[in-house]
Amino acid sequence: MEKLISEFSIGLFFWQSMIFIGLLLLLRKYAWGPILNAVNERETSIKDALASAEAARTEMENLHSDNQRILKEARAEKEALLKEAQSTRAQLISAAKEEAQTEAQKILSQAQEAIQNEKRAAINELREQVGSIAMDIAEKVLKKELESKDKQVQLINQLLQDSDLK
Amino acid sequence: MPSVLNKFLLLFVLLTTIFSAHNTLYAKETDSSKDLKTEIKDYISHHLEDAYDFSLFSYTNDDGKHVYIGIPLPVILWDGGLQVFSSSKLHHGESVAHVGDNYYKLDHGKIYKTDAQGTITYDETNHATNIAPLDISITKGVASMILIALLMFWIFRSLAKSYVENKGVPAGIGRFFEPIVLYIRDDIARPNIGDKKHGKYMSFLLTVFFFIWFLNLVGLTPLGVNVTGNIAVTFGLALLTFVITNFTGTKDYWLHIFDPLGSSMKWYAKIPLYIILIPIEVLGIFIKPFSLLIRLYANMQAGHIVLMSLIGLMFIFKSWLGSPLSFGLAFAISLIELLVALLQAYIFTMLSALYFGFAAEEHEHH
Repeated sequence: MEKLISEFSIGLFFWQSMIFIGLLLLLRKYAWGPILNAVNERETSIKDALASAEAARTEMENLHSDNQRILKEARAEKEALLKEAQSTRAQLISAAKEEAQTEAQKILSQAQEAIQNEKRAAINELREQVGSIAMDIAEKVLKKELESKDKQVQLINQLLQDSDLK
Repeated sequence: MPSVLNKFLLLFVLLTTIFSAHNTLYAKETDSSKDLKTEIKDYISHHLEDAYDFSLFSYTNDDGKHVYIGIPLPVILWDGGLQVFSSSKLHHGESVAHVGDNYYKLDHGKIYKTDAQGTITYDETNHATNIAPLDISITKGVASMILIALLMFWIFRSLAKSYVENKGVPAGIGRFFEPIVLYIRDDIARPNIGDKKHGKYMSFLLTVFFFIWFLNLVGLTPLGVNVTGNIAVTFGLALLTFVITNFTGTKDYWLHIFDPLGSSMKWYAKIPLYIILIPIEVLGIFIKPFSLLIRLYANMQAGHIVLMSLIGLMFIFKSWLGSPLSFGLAFAISLIELLVALLQAYIFTMLSALYFGFAAEEHEHH
């Protein structure tokens, strides 16, 4: 211990303190500060980059699920559209059919009516012709029957007899 | 990492070789005059101490004079005024330095004021009785610390710049250091201090970690600097931990020291317990950083002693079996010391963070 104390050099201690403190202050200003700052900055930038990558990933995932959803919706819409188109087609067809049927019915009934009319007209004409033919025949028969005067008188008498005047 | 490790390994092989080479020089010359064991012991203890010049190696020339190859450093003394002179004037204690009207002489690693002849008187316990002026010289240790501080500033400034130039990615040597910085933040500061408060301690923890680690590594080179194995340096570092811990201490921290039992007991029941508890807690404030300073000092000092002793053994054995064996051992210990260099820096930082964590804690009262 005594040797240690006698060995102790105040000059060396003085210079050591001066040099070390000077070095400490200089390095703090010109080396450690900038170094640690740079390292910290780098670390935060790495952290930020990782975080933004993560964010991008989740965004991508979101986008993907969005896409999926949109696709699904589109598919559903397509199906709905198809269904609707089908039903419209069916409707259209049935409507057309119905219309055609009614039209046909109408035409048919018109035709029947026309036929009826024609028939009636024909019957009437036939009746007239039959009438006139009968009249002609009757005329000819009467002309032949009433050629003589006694025959006429006989008939008048008979008619008078028949028509019992009271 | 492997390439870095390989480089270190290569460096080590190189360094140990150089180390042993100049030891050989030194040992051979003095072999006859002095006992080799004492010589090595002196050499080791000399190495462990701080020095006034940055000597690379020394040898004795043909005239029997010591020749030192190295860089002299400024000596700064406060002796009734600032005295600044080059350490080359001291001649490693072999002559008296004449500065202004004063004479100084180096004796056992300390500078004493002497007369013109350089007489140094000793008391009965073999301590010099001459006046030792206040010494704030730029010694080898101080010079090493300045170099390491410059190196650290350059490395981490360029790392900080590379973030700006490279858009948040480190470039060059920063790629090696960034994971260590992050490790200190994520595995030392955050778990011990907490997510919210670790920020203000980060500068100290990072600086102290790299400062100790680099100095430990430099201590393993044959330049022979033993900065972190010097008690004054570890004291300075631990003192800062102590100051920061206690100046940032929250109310809870102080409550924990002066009222450790809280409201779990009646006040009159606490009195006899607190007569023992409070002194222990108060002592703990000082023991914690003290353990830091002793641990680092002792580990580095011991490492250097073991390593240099093993290298010294090579010259004592001087046999085909012994010398390679001690070389192998020294090499293995070098590798362990390489780990210890990192480990001690880690432990110092880790424990500092732990103490800061105590100081910064805020918990619900029980």
